[in-house]
Amino acid sequence: MLPDKKGHFGIYGGRYVAETLMPALLELEESYYRYRDDREFQEELNYYLREYVGRETPLYLAERLTQRLGGAKIYLKREDLCHTGAHKINNTLGQIILAKKMGKTRIIAETGAGQHGVATATVAAMFGLECEIYMGVEDIKRQSLNVFRMKLLGAKVQPVSSGTNTLKDAMNEAMRDWVANIHNTFYIIGSVAGPHPYPMMVRDFQSVIGKETKRQILEVEKRLPDHLIACVGGGSNSMGLFYPFKDDKEVEMVGVEAAGLGINTGKHAASILDGSVGVLHGSKTYLLQDKNGQIKHTHSIAAGLDYPGVGPEHSYFHDIGRVKYTSVTDKEALDGFRLLTLSEGIIPALESAHAIAYTMRLAPKLDKEKVIIVNLSGRGDKDMNTVAEVLGVKI
Amino acid sequence: MTRITKVFKELHTNNGKALIPYITAGDPSLELTKKLVFQLEKSGADIIELGVPFSDPMADGPTIQRASERALANNVSLRDVLDLTGEIRLHTEIPIILFGYYNPFFTYGAEKFSRDAKEAGVDGVLIVDLPPEEVDELKVYVDKVGMDIIFLTAPTSNEERIKLITKKAGGFIYYVSVTGVTGARTSLDSHIEEYVAKVKKLTDLPVGVGFGISTPGQAGKVAKWADAVIVGSAIVKIIEENLNSPDMVKKVGQFVKSLKEGIVRSGVKYQDLTPQI
Repeated sequence: MLPDKKGHFGIYGGRYVAETLMPALLELEESYYRYRDDREFQEELNYYLREYVGRETPLYLAERLTQRLGGAKIYLKREDLCHTGAHKINNTLGQIILAKKMGKTRIIAETGAGQHGVATATVAAMFGLECEIYMGVEDIKRQSLNVFRMKLLGAKVQPVSSGTNTLKDAMNEAMRDWVANIHNTFYIIGSVAGPHPYPMMVRDFQSVIGKETKRQILEVEKRLPDHLIACVGGGSNSMGLFYPFKDDKEVEMVGVEAAGLGINTGKHAASILDGSVGVLHGSKTYLLQDKNGQIKHTHSIAAGLDYPGVGPEHSYFHDIGRVKYTSVTDKEALDGFRLLTLSEGIIPALESAHAIAYTMRLAPKLDKEKVIIVNLSGRGDKDMNTVAEVLGVKI
Repeated sequence: MTRITKVFKELHTNNGKALIPYITAGDPSLELTKKLVFQLEKSGADIIELGVPFSDPMADGPTIQRASERALANNVSLRDVLDLTGEIRLHTEIPIILFGYYNPFFTYGAEKFSRDAKEAGVDGVLIVDLPPEEVDELKVYVDKVGMDIIFLTAPTSNEERIKLITKKAGGFIYYVSVTGVTGARTSLDSHIEEYVAKVKKLTDLPVGVGFGISTPGQAGKVAKWADAVIVGSAIVKIIEENLNSPDMVKKVGQFVKSLKEGIVRSGVKYQDLTPQI
């Protein structure tokens, strides 16, 4: 079972943090192990996942999309129908219940697109805990709607203006806050990234996606799918879908990274495809870095993919070949965005549109009996400003 | 015996305490860093901590973050810091410790770094985000060439962790006096004395205290309890305030001299209170 006792997935993962944080991580790990198999904890989590988030989410056969692409049968795992509009809440709910059990009274989180920030502010409001969200000033500009939502939910949004003013810098600042306020503060990391036990814990909380999917597809198709497709930034929605299928060798899994303006332009966020191994934010993993080990600026039209690293277990899955990683550009993602919107009446998040875009490439090449499942990780409402700008429309 | 250990031995014999100033290499330029190091030594520094700039300095407050950004604006790399150390080493025997984050070291390569650093005259390395659990991948090579790895302990570290740390540590133990990032504080944490005593009970290594010390008075107070006083942000702030001033090096020197005097003054009192047997 991975990770090992010290949080390694092969050579990846681990706990590369300052000593001040080590005791907090050890405490978190211990608490998590105690509660992850605790019936009462699981019942509480399942109750809220059902009654509050609206699980289980449908596995929807996208007939029009299937027809348009003229190949494999395409199912969409509808995480966009989760409360708050994305899969992020599966994890924030798990972590905040853990925080409560640990007696922490204050919640902090980092956010890029603002989806994780909103999902954190939401559960903090529900459980009545103080909440502060760190967000790069660049992202605050791009995602003003989500900033407003977080504020409405009672969270304090802390603008971060250091480095590249985006997600990675927000994470640095959240870590700095955590170091200073360890005694009462719980840090809810939003992806399968960060130091151990976060990659494992977030994976476990998001695995509800894959577990449901497996049950659902076996029910309707009486067999496992041939392909799973999901976008990969930090990699939480893809890990959530993939993990329960990892031992089903017949299922091919594809992680779609953000190629931005094109891998060869250097303006992208494809950490696995174009990165090298390094250490950032507490774990060893593939990173976009220069030859001196400085972290590079990244670019993606999808703010939620705009991160220079990737969860360590993805790096491991890449190396052992269990998951195939590929990429699509901003432009292709927009094509996916339009196709899904017009063919199915579902406006996807730009992140999820990356998975759709790859499906457009793959599905026509496959026989009609083949089954593809795409993780539709979020809905596109948050991206209206970005898309309107690209289309040259003023709203 | 490394230069670090030698300095502590000598100080110990004379009942002195070490002053360890920190500056970021390449802030605002490698040329000035060199001048600053010589000035620091002249002003009473016993060991120098040279920061290796990193794009994501998670344990640093705004002052040292900005220093790192200034150095990176000049593209200062770990290789540059090693070359700089080599040039400094031609003129002085003062121990030099590299202080930084793991990724630039990892990317450079643990084995190559250890070899090149030793050759340049580096005496020790402190990597903030490389705790004892993860250090072995670097330590095998650092040990081979005979440099020290310095570790942090924090107010949150319990006895078990301190033991784990001291088992892997060389040079001295760096006690982070605050639960927080680097940067000047108006007052010192009241538990420093107690904590330093706790660490000293568990190791023969000298114990230095850093994070948040910014005045000669604070330096003097800490010197009563610890073997070394580490001051970073307060010095970097002077550099920052004098980026275009021809007096930058002089002003840093004056401040470091005042820190040293703070330590020496408290040392005299210390001796008065504890008669030598």
